[in-house]
Formats: sequence, structure tokens, C-alpha cells
Amino acid sequence: MLGLETHVELGTASKMFCSCSTVFGAKPNTQVCPVCLALPGSLPVANGAAVESAIRLGLMLNCSIASWCRFARKNYFYPDMPKNYQISQYDEPLCTDGYLDVAVETPDGPREFRVGIERVHMEEDTGKTSHVGGATGRIHGADYSIVDYNRAGIPLLEVVTKPIEHTGEFAPEAARAYVRELRDLVRSLGISDVRMEEGSLRCDVNVSLMPRGGTEWGTRSETKNVNSLRSVERAVRHEMERQAGLLDAGQRVVQETRHFQEASGTTVSGRSKEEAQDYRYFPDPDLVPVAPSAEWIEELRATLPEPPAAKRARLQAEWGLSDEELRDLVNAEATDLVAATVDAGAPSAEARKWWLNELSRRSTEAEISLSALAITPAQVARIIALVAEGTLTNKLARQVVDGVLNGEGTPDEVVDARGLKVVSDDSALGAAVDAAIADNPDAAEKVRSGKVAAAGALVGAVMKATRGQADAGRARELILERLGAG
Amino acid sequence: MSAITRDEVAHLARLSRLALHEDELDQLAAQLDVIISAVAKVQEVAQGDIPPSSHALPLTNVYRPDEARPGLDPDQALAGAPAVEDERFRVPRILGEEA
Repeated sequence: MLGLETHVELGTASKMFCSCSTVFGAKPNTQVCPVCLALPGSLPVANGAAVESAIRLGLMLNCSIASWCRFARKNYFYPDMPKNYQISQYDEPLCTDGYLDVAVETPDGPREFRVGIERVHMEEDTGKTSHVGGATGRIHGADYSIVDYNRAGIPLLEVVTKPIEHTGEFAPEAARAYVRELRDLVRSLGISDVRMEEGSLRCDVNVSLMPRGGTEWGTRSETKNVNSLRSVERAVRHEMERQAGLLDAGQRVVQETRHFQEASGTTVSGRSKEEAQDYRYFPDPDLVPVAPSAEWIEELRATLPEPPAAKRARLQAEWGLSDEELRDLVNAEATDLVAATVDAGAPSAEARKWWLNELSRRSTEAEISLSALAITPAQVARIIALVAEGTLTNKLARQVVDGVLNGEGTPDEVVDARGLKVVSDDSALGAAVDAAIADNPDAAEKVRSGKVAAAGALVGAVMKATRGQADAGRARELILERLGAG
Repeated sequence: MSAITRDEVAHLARLSRLALHEDELDQLAAQLDVIISAVAKVQEVAQGDIPPSSHALPLTNVYRPDEARPGLDPDQALAGAPAVEDERFRVPRILGEEA
């Protein structure tokens, strides 16, 4: 049995309860104020845009939206929150009881699972602690900690699934598919950049097993902060294998928090849950209840985008893709990029080819995601158009991609600055053709005597002399003309 | 309303990071008991017709526009810190707790 808790960091301009900026990567403690530093006398006020985002996500996940709910204080002592509590929601979450359908590839074809959504609630992120001293930089053996509160108070949505049963051996793939679908859905809403590598989407993974033929689920483990799609799958698989190993050996699974080790793909024991946390939740008296009106909820419902699954099905039909072609596109995280390139005027086949081949290769080389490449779908569409109108060859187009990725400007600026236009103008090309014939008398003679295939060497020489910018077809015509073989 | 036990006070003290002496545990248990009994009396009066409230004012939906504004500069922010290192708050290491 699986359970996933996913934290989505919202992309609002300001924090959940104060007006501090939320920009990622700022210098430590430069985006803080009396509210998020918990200075005496300060009062939090909820960010309306964050509440709106929470409702929209809840609606996208087919949840009921509470007509009245409150924020609660989660009390704990840890320096990542200067208040000694985190403002969250407890027994009155804003969104409850929804679902998200996810598809998993199995050897017997795709299988769909409905993942129940228990709740979506609002809370605030914590500050960032770094542990100084000790051998590993981890908390054990640290001499002291230093804390940056820039992140403290950034709005988070926590999405909690109901127990996901019946996924059986496909639980790891189902977990991954769920997180991916959730991520795409959040991205389609435009409420977060959902960059797992920057921590704007984080997962806690709960796993428990039931013996074959049994009727009760065993003790579960909770693996914290699993921060990539691949890690979600690996963490679930590792926990299934680890727990099965314990049970097969007649040992028991301990209820505990575990930490995922990115390098080995395994989990290690964190703190045992035997001493259960006592957070002493209570309604935050500094904040008033959130009571969205039915009108507001319906207004927001009307702004919802096309769900990612529906969009994929539509694009598959529009572009005439096979299931495999669609899967390649989805696995490459290229669907939205290709769609945007098509929207910018490119034919879908060309857009798909560029994103899946050349640009995927560049992103792999740079070890960044496809969407993080410094080229926009509109620029890719422009390059495709330049090839289609004959201004660029594919080879020149790749150089234009180099230039754009290099920060040299738009495709047109790169073409001008690097002088990359195809040379098809006869006078410019003629000189190169004459030179090629003069420099390669043997090949020229063969062509004259009827061995037209030998013209290839001359075309090659022209291409080399023009640094690939010649219109190869036109160059060939000119060579054959000049040698009387045309 | 059952009486507050010594063990419960010790548990609360631990959660609140308060180092209490043995005799303080007894003393506070008695005091907390009085406080809880007083609150219980209010609960007796407030029956089903009065919904529980976390606020004195009947306000809902008070929101702030999502606009970023400058807060404190780092010197001001760190002015009250017990210790500072690398523009960050320096705090004692946390023993036996998760990150």
C-alpha cells in the first residue's frame, strides 16, 4: 500500500502571511520581515492569491472545497521556524476528497489507477538550516547549525493521497506516475514552477505491505524528502524490497521515518516514531477563517485549464501520433514544449523532431531539463521556419541553435551575426564552384567523362569552402552545368 | 474533568523545552488543574447553541494582495540573533531530532 504526501511550493510573488519576496536564490536573510521572523507584535495576514491557488488545485483534483476552514498552529521546537510553530491546517483542510487518474505502462499494456486525494491544505515553508562541523554535513555529528529564513513563510500546498491499494508490483511505477501527473497538473495551472531539483515539489512516501493471502496491511514506513520522479520510484521499490526481506526473515517492520539516499537508491532509518510527535495543533488566533463563497469557487472553476491527460489525448489525435510516439514525447518531458512550438507556427512533426533529437541531446549534455534550455518554443519555431523557407540548412540550423543557447540573441540575430544564410545566389556560389573544379581536376575529369557520381566530391568541396552555407542542391546543378554533364 | 497528572506536566514541559524541577512539577500540576477546571466551567455554559470560536471578531476572508515589498535588511534581521555566521542565524546543534 502506498501513500504520498506532496508539498508544492507556490509561485506567488510574496510569502503566505507577509509581503516578503519569494525569489529563489537570494542572499541569506534578505527576504525576511518581522512577521516571518516572528518578532513580537507582528501579525500574519493570508495571501489571497495563495488561497486562490489552493482552491484551483483542489478543483483540478476533483475535491470538495470547504465553505469555512481555519489555519492551525503546528507546534514544535526546531530552529527552521522562528515562531516555534508552523502555520498549517489540521482538522479543517481547504480541499478534501478528490482523485487523480494515472496511467502506468505494464508488460500487458497501460493500466489506469485512480489515486484518491484525501486533502489539499495550505501551510508555510520552513527556513533552511545548514549543519556545520561533523564529518558529513548531516545533522549527526554537527557542532551547530546556521539558518536562513528566506524560505520561511513561502506558501506551500500539501497534497495527501488516500491509501493507494491494488497497485501490487506496479506500486513504484504508480507512485512515479502519480507525482508526474500531479506535477503536470500544477504546472498547467501556472501556480508553481514545480522544479523538483529546486525543491518546489517535494515528496514523502509511505509504504506498507500485506502478506500474500493476508487481509491486513503491515506497519508502514515514511520516507522523507524524495526529490525527483526517479527517486520516488526507487524509494518505493527499495522500501518494498526491504520490508519484504524483513517479513520473509520473520522480522518485523518498524514504524519510522526514513531518509532516501540518492546515491545508492536506498533508505536509511531516521528517527523512530515510537515517541509519536505531539504537535498540539490549535486554531491560529492571529488569522481569521477562510470562507470561500460558492460564487468565488465557481468563478475559479471557470478559469481551470485543460487537464494534462485530456490535453495529451487531444494532441495525440491532432498530431496523429502512435501510443509509442506519445509516450516518447511524454517521457522526454517535451509535450508542452512541442505544443508551444506548434502554437508558434511550426509543423508538429518538425517541432517533435527538433525537441526529441537535437534539443534533447543538448539538454542531456548540459545535464539540465529540456525546459531549462535557453531557447524558447517560439525561437525553435522560427528556426524551423528558416529551414523550411530555405534560408538555413539543417546543419546551419544547428549552428543557430548553438548561438541561441549561447545567449547570442534571437535566431535571426544569430543568422545575421554569424553570417549563416544558405548561399544559393548563383554569383556567390559560382565562384566557389569554379574554385572546387580547379582544385579537384581528377573529380572534374570523371564528371566530364560521364561519371556523375564523382560530382559528390566537388559538392563537398563547395560546402567546405562555404563553411556549410551553400545550397548543396544548387551547387550540384551548377557543377554539372559547368562540366557539361547537366 | 480529570486532574492533571505529574507525568502530563513533565510531558508538556519536555515538548516546551522547559527544564522543571521535581517540586515544580507538583506545583504546576495543581495550578494547571485549576486553569483547566475554569475553562471547563465555560464549556458547561457554552452548550450546543454557541459554536466554538477561535476569534473574538466575526471576520472571515481577510486577505492581502500578492505584492512583494521589501522587509528588513540583513543587519536589522540579524540584530536580535544570539549569534551570526555567514549572514545566517547561528543556533546550537539539535540533538536526537530529525532534520
